[in-house]
Amino acid sequence: MKDTTNLLLAGVGGQGIILAGDLVAELALDAEYDVKKSEVHGMAQRGGAVVSHVRLGRKVHSPVIVEGEATHLVAFEQMEALRWIHMLSPGGPLIVNEQRIIPSGLTAYPEGIRDAIAARCPQAVFVDGAGVAKRAGNIRAVNIVLLGTLSRYLDFEITQWERAIRRRVPERWVDVNLRAFQIARSNGA
Amino acid sequence: MVLLSGNEAVARGAYEHGVRVAAAYPGTPSTEILENIAEYDEIDAQWSTNEKVAFEVALGAAFGGARSLVAMKHVGLNVAADPLFSSAHTGVVGGFVVVSADDPGMHSSQNEQDNRWYAKFAKLPLLEPSDSQEALDFLGEALDLSEKFGLPVLFRMSTRICHSRTPVEIGTRRQIEVNPYEKDIGRRLLIPAHARKRHLRLEEKLVALRREAEQSPLNGIEEGAGTIGIVTSGIAYQYAREAVPEASLLKLGFSYPFPESLVRSFAAGFDRLYVVEENEPFLEEQIAALGIPVVGKERIPRCGELDQRIVREAITGEKVEATPASTAPRPPVLCPGCPHRGFFHLVNKMHLTATGDIGCYTLGALPPLNAMDTCVCMGASIGNALGLEKAQGSAFARKTVAVIGDSTFLHSGITGLVDVVYNGGTVTIVILDNRVTAMTGHQEHPGTGRTLKGKSAPKVEYAVLARALGVRCVHEVDAYDINAISEALKTGTEAEEPAVVIVRGDCILRVRDRWGPALVVDEETCTACGLCLRLGCPALSKGAEDKAVISPALCVGDVCGICAQVCPKECIGVGGGGEGR
Repeated sequence: MKDTTNLLLAGVGGQGIILAGDLVAELALDAEYDVKKSEVHGMAQRGGAVVSHVRLGRKVHSPVIVEGEATHLVAFEQMEALRWIHMLSPGGPLIVNEQRIIPSGLTAYPEGIRDAIAARCPQAVFVDGAGVAKRAGNIRAVNIVLLGTLSRYLDFEITQWERAIRRRVPERWVDVNLRAFQIARSNGA
Repeated sequence: MVLLSGNEAVARGAYEHGVRVAAAYPGTPSTEILENIAEYDEIDAQWSTNEKVAFEVALGAAFGGARSLVAMKHVGLNVAADPLFSSAHTGVVGGFVVVSADDPGMHSSQNEQDNRWYAKFAKLPLLEPSDSQEALDFLGEALDLSEKFGLPVLFRMSTRICHSRTPVEIGTRRQIEVNPYEKDIGRRLLIPAHARKRHLRLEEKLVALRREAEQSPLNGIEEGAGTIGIVTSGIAYQYAREAVPEASLLKLGFSYPFPESLVRSFAAGFDRLYVVEENEPFLEEQIAALGIPVVGKERIPRCGELDQRIVREAITGEKVEATPASTAPRPPVLCPGCPHRGFFHLVNKMHLTATGDIGCYTLGALPPLNAMDTCVCMGASIGNALGLEKAQGSAFARKTVAVIGDSTFLHSGITGLVDVVYNGGTVTIVILDNRVTAMTGHQEHPGTGRTLKGKSAPKVEYAVLARALGVRCVHEVDAYDINAISEALKTGTEAEEPAVVIVRGDCILRVRDRWGPALVVDEETCTACGLCLRLGCPALSKGAEDKAVISPALCVGDVCGICAQVCPKECIGVGGGGEGR
């Protein structure tokens, strides 16, 4: 499906990936796209790798994105960028949160991850998600920061994003999240 | 339109199509079906102790004329297989749908059995939705079909349908009344004299059902431009449709009894017929049995999930080269502060053989804990331990424990414990009681004192139960008290009789109000011995000079404190460190 946008959101259980995927999927449905979103629950949640597939287009059949066909890859953690990098279509936008989470079984973070990402994908954009989220007023808004950066590569209006954020984020955190989104979207990250 | 997961859509379908009673035991990928059904006041929804009981409850409701549903993961249907087969003979009055959520790729399962075989084996009609809209719509079809033929309908979902969100048009609830119960022993009392007649009747029903499948709008042909014909069903349809857009497709939503004439007439139009299906050659074998040449599992993998790339490559030969980068694996792990960690530490320290079971605690088998020897199916730890004792002798039992969680113990551990007592076993059964069904996302069970609908309920008391079953050596200990667990395990394993040790500590994710400031390692006293790192706690890592460091973001504080108890130098403590405990 050449007219399909394939967003792959990857990270570690507990980083707000599933909510971020839901938010984009609902935004796309509002904009009258056909949408499918898929992820796996269960064992994956206990600190394991989590990946959410969001596909939107005129007509979408498969709920999963396959190797080399992700049009956009958003990694919530550095090593997770590398884990899924082969899914990205050549030259597609790669957004990488600078956070590093040591995988279970290791006692220290592997060396050279950032260089390996840059070597394979020179177009990678590194985002200080925690820094921007903190500036906006809540460190937990990292997932919205990353969506703000992603929004620069997608054809949705700011009002559509705002509506989607308002619907998905608890009311008392809406302002902080809108601020986080705005900073990232306007290239403050 | 709204976006619903397949599981949410099944729940919505149950609501819209008049289901009144629903039961399940949690199991990935099916769990959210009942969680969502429970949101509807009109449906009496319950967690049962296991899938067999859930099935029997829903079947009883269908005897009583109510539309009913039971949901389970694929292996759950093995547990419920006994009433499943009988129910084909008894039949039903109210519509009865049996939802089986299969797990191709084994994202969260011990096998990837293809439960479509159960339809053929038990002689029941089979429906296979391929997205959320179909999950909702087919559920209504399944209930109607069930009532029309007086048979349960097997409803086969799979992980990618259960957990994908796709657009759905929702509707309103149909009002369906419950007729008064009528006694009918010729149908429902399966003594041989009755069952022989019921078998004949079932065969008649299957003939009629095959005619129904031939005409069913759930089976349809999508004409393509090319010369390729594909027969497919369920999620595999979505992959095939996308992989070969020019192909003609016969999509089977009502796939058993197998619509032979429909398949024959479709196949006649093509030189080469493919079958695209996940896991087993269920459709393929039935097509081959008609004498129709077909390409299936010789090209389409039998193991694991399919996707559009795999199907495309199998049919068109078109390959995509994509080399993954090398990265360290990131396996799931026991959470920081998990109440199971201290016990697993002792399994290693005491050199115990631990037969295991199914739940979060199965993660205790992974490095660095490596504290489990077996994991077979729900409840197997106890029987396995007894069998090991019989093979290896009673000295071996002095070093053997069966490890089982609270929910799994209630599911199918109680009968195992009775068996140990009755047959003179002397192994120790350890119930890791975190007071919830944790792995599947914190569901209530008969030991939690609360039901699926949030009502309070009596709590099973494991110690009282064990004593009532004849166990004399019963200990209850705090999951965060290493010395107490160690003492109980010693007494239990040394006893020349069966013992039960209940290790109690709430799942740490459920008691966030007890989390405190992170513990701290005193760098001065830490000798970098690495003992604490062997606990496999995500909050602990190696810092400068290989000394331990605790992540303030991950550590839950002294509600846990297992690392502090394990540290021989007493250098882990609250705040400043050095105070130990």
